[in-house]
Amino acid sequence: MARPTASSAPGILGWLDQRIPVVDFWNTHIGQYYAPKNFNFWYYFGSLSLLMLVNQIVTGIFLTMHYDPTEEGAFASVEYIMRDVPFGWIIRYMHAVGASFFFIVVYLHMFRALLYGSYKKPRELIWVLGVTIFLALMAEAFLGYVLPWGQMSFWGAQVIVSLFGAVPFIGQDLVQLIQGDYLPSGATISRFFALHVIAMPLAILLLVVLHLAALHEVGSNNPDGIDIKAKKDSSGKPLDGIPFHPYYTVKDLFGASFFLCIFAFVVFFQPTFGGLFLEHDNFIEANPLVTPALIKPVWYFTPYYAMLRAVPDKLLGVVVMGGATLILFLLPWLDRSPVRSIRYRGIWSKLLLASFTLSFLILGYLGSQAGSETNTFISRICTAIYFGFFVALPFVSAWDPPKPEPDRVIMHE
Amino acid sequence: MSKINLQFLALLTWAIAAFGLASSTPVNAAAKACLPFGDIQANATDVPTLRRGAQLYFNYCAGCHSLEYMRYGRLAKDLQLSEEDLLNNFAFTGARAGDFVTTSMPPGGRGNLPGSQEWFGVTPPDLSLVARSRGVNWIYNFLNGYYPDPKRAVGWNNLTFENSAMPNPLWELQGIQEHMVPAQAGDPKADAASVDCSPAALKVVSAGSRTAQQFDTDTRDITSFLEYVGEPAIIKRETYGIWALLYLSLLTMLFWLLKNEYWKDIH
Amino acid sequence: MAENTPDLGRRRFLTATCAVVGGVGGVFAAVPFFSSFAPSAKAVSAGVPTIIDISKLVEGAQLIEVWRKRPVWVIKRSSESLAALDSMTPRLKDPESKEVEQQPDYAQNAVRSIKPTILVLVGSCTHLGCSPKFHPEMTAEDWDSEWKGGFYCPCHSSKFDMAGRVYNGSPAPTNLVVPIHRYVDDNTIVIGEDQEAA
Repeated sequence: MARPTASSAPGILGWLDQRIPVVDFWNTHIGQYYAPKNFNFWYYFGSLSLLMLVNQIVTGIFLTMHYDPTEEGAFASVEYIMRDVPFGWIIRYMHAVGASFFFIVVYLHMFRALLYGSYKKPRELIWVLGVTIFLALMAEAFLGYVLPWGQMSFWGAQVIVSLFGAVPFIGQDLVQLIQGDYLPSGATISRFFALHVIAMPLAILLLVVLHLAALHEVGSNNPDGIDIKAKKDSSGKPLDGIPFHPYYTVKDLFGASFFLCIFAFVVFFQPTFGGLFLEHDNFIEANPLVTPALIKPVWYFTPYYAMLRAVPDKLLGVVVMGGATLILFLLPWLDRSPVRSIRYRGIWSKLLLASFTLSFLILGYLGSQAGSETNTFISRICTAIYFGFFVALPFVSAWDPPKPEPDRVIMHE
Repeated sequence: MSKINLQFLALLTWAIAAFGLASSTPVNAAAKACLPFGDIQANATDVPTLRRGAQLYFNYCAGCHSLEYMRYGRLAKDLQLSEEDLLNNFAFTGARAGDFVTTSMPPGGRGNLPGSQEWFGVTPPDLSLVARSRGVNWIYNFLNGYYPDPKRAVGWNNLTFENSAMPNPLWELQGIQEHMVPAQAGDPKADAASVDCSPAALKVVSAGSRTAQQFDTDTRDITSFLEYVGEPAIIKRETYGIWALLYLSLLTMLFWLLKNEYWKDIH
Repeated sequence: MAENTPDLGRRRFLTATCAVVGGVGGVFAAVPFFSSFAPSAKAVSAGVPTIIDISKLVEGAQLIEVWRKRPVWVIKRSSESLAALDSMTPRLKDPESKEVEQQPDYAQNAVRSIKPTILVLVGSCTHLGCSPKFHPEMTAEDWDSEWKGGFYCPCHSSKFDMAGRVYNGSPAPTNLVVPIHRYVDDNTIVIGEDQEAA
């Protein structure tokens, strides 16, 4: 049971290592964590997600120093940050643009899993944890958006919280319990502030740690979907694996740097992104007596919003919208294909995934537009296609003849 | 070209398309605003423009419209004037450098004098953020879109802001501009769409102190000034951005070289 | 495929270059965050100068005003108090006001003020910030049998003379601070603005 007491590492490292397993940790997770050598473009988005999480936390901490979580002061405090706090505007823009970029990266990260079957056995738990992170992220983003207390903050809160009113029997009481008042007000701001600043970030951090732990336990998937641990060399290292450090540390540094170029471009040259990242109506202070002409959620929620609006019944709409996110949990068990990667699945699987993706994107666009008959009609079709993906998957994945998987991974230059 | 590059290009194209779509989305998507004079490119980082715009603002707008998030001291700094010069020329309320730009017209009235709420029916809104909520195109068109309307108590109407409670603040500069194709009075089928929304519908019938060209510049200057007031950081933002992008491009290139050097090992 | 031996020199060079350039960027990126700690425009504007009218100030009296949220005292000293200042020298830690941070240069003199009769001080004990009490009477006191007027801090018993200079034996290390100030005219002092160079 006793660990060897003397670490072979010299100096301070050795001193530390005798007291906490830094060397083992480094080796297991970085220095000798063998990842497939054929990672492509789609594999940048995990580390980029982590980068954006750090960005949100750091910029968030500094915003919290100046933000005033009260009904009277919230809106003015954001303007105070933008004008009076030295460089406050950079911090605010990095946080607001960062939230949108976080969702871009996370959506692409999730799409990678769909492409290459990264949710399939033995990685079901990684996927489940990931979907939980996604849900937590959506909650965190919603809570954060209410804080500036602009017109969209208020009316968005009004709409989303009122969805809970759809719950039978306890709906109205639930709405008042969440708001802390008869309508979104200072009570709502202060509790959303606490949740947004500490509760959800702690939960997200914990989930991310678990997500990475689960990943490292089974090892990473790859674009060919084959198991690299099946073929090992004489010393037990996967033939198609390379140590994460230095190869992927160096590659991810490049990826992060390139990504930051795009991020910096938006932060400094188009921080509102035409009203998509910072909405025009949110520069008007919240007014319960005046409803904006078009209430719409921020772009990353629009696909779900379109589904909500497509369903004519309030409770059913909430169920459909919630179901659209929750059904993601079932993916590992719905997919019955013998192969993981889309590269080796048949044409029907490809068509299925393509139509799912397209319907999601179209729903996203429709959710950002005003309601209309055409809008509702197409939203309904796309919602059907979206859910149809999950319904059809067990059958298509089982029947669609796959192509032969390669023996070893294929490197694309 | 490899698959990765193709995928990336597809993504980039989509992103640019999305952005193009987004930036062309009018500010008020639901109600199509009447913008007969089209889009403008405001010049919120040019100090002479801002000075002229500030002068016009304080002479013609600040009497009713506050800029509650703008400090005089900040204006002085960004317009490159001494605090004394700025306060002497622009601050008519006895304000000091650290104060915000407020109006001396109280919404609720003073003594037996009616306030703006009673006088106009609505308190003139603060304009600190109007360029961010309504947009520069709207402001420019609004300032240019006034015409006399005898049917209204305030005597004016505006193509961009229909039935506004605000009279034309710049008529002395612009002159009087008539709307040549009025909506049919009392016609139940007439609505906003039937009001002819084109520049040809407006014609200056009695000249003001400025020529058409000069007045156009005036309204552009006020618009640019309001864009600056909405976001004072705009003056420095893009300059910082260029340095940030230069640095990050250099860093990316270096990391690219480093990555390729190590990846020579991998086949 | 034959593995080429890696060019270690090139790797070291590139790694070092990336580390240096990245480090520089990190420092520049940190600047906005640390700068945001600095007093904001709101704090700066609250620090505007305070204008004090001393036309009604009588001898032995103390006016208390606020500047940058701290108490500022304006005191009219009697000629006896002024005469007694020189005799205090052996009992003081810094009788010649050599600590330059405690007063502007126009107050670095025997009386620690621009006009001898008017003393301007920040009313904050240089020990831990309590506000000392003003005792202008030149009588024996509990804390000093040869009291020549001055200030006594009740918190930890620091003592200052009628020019705000700290006594030996006081826990306070330095003389009371003289704020930057100037005279607009004989009856008006502006605290927070420097006197023009003489």
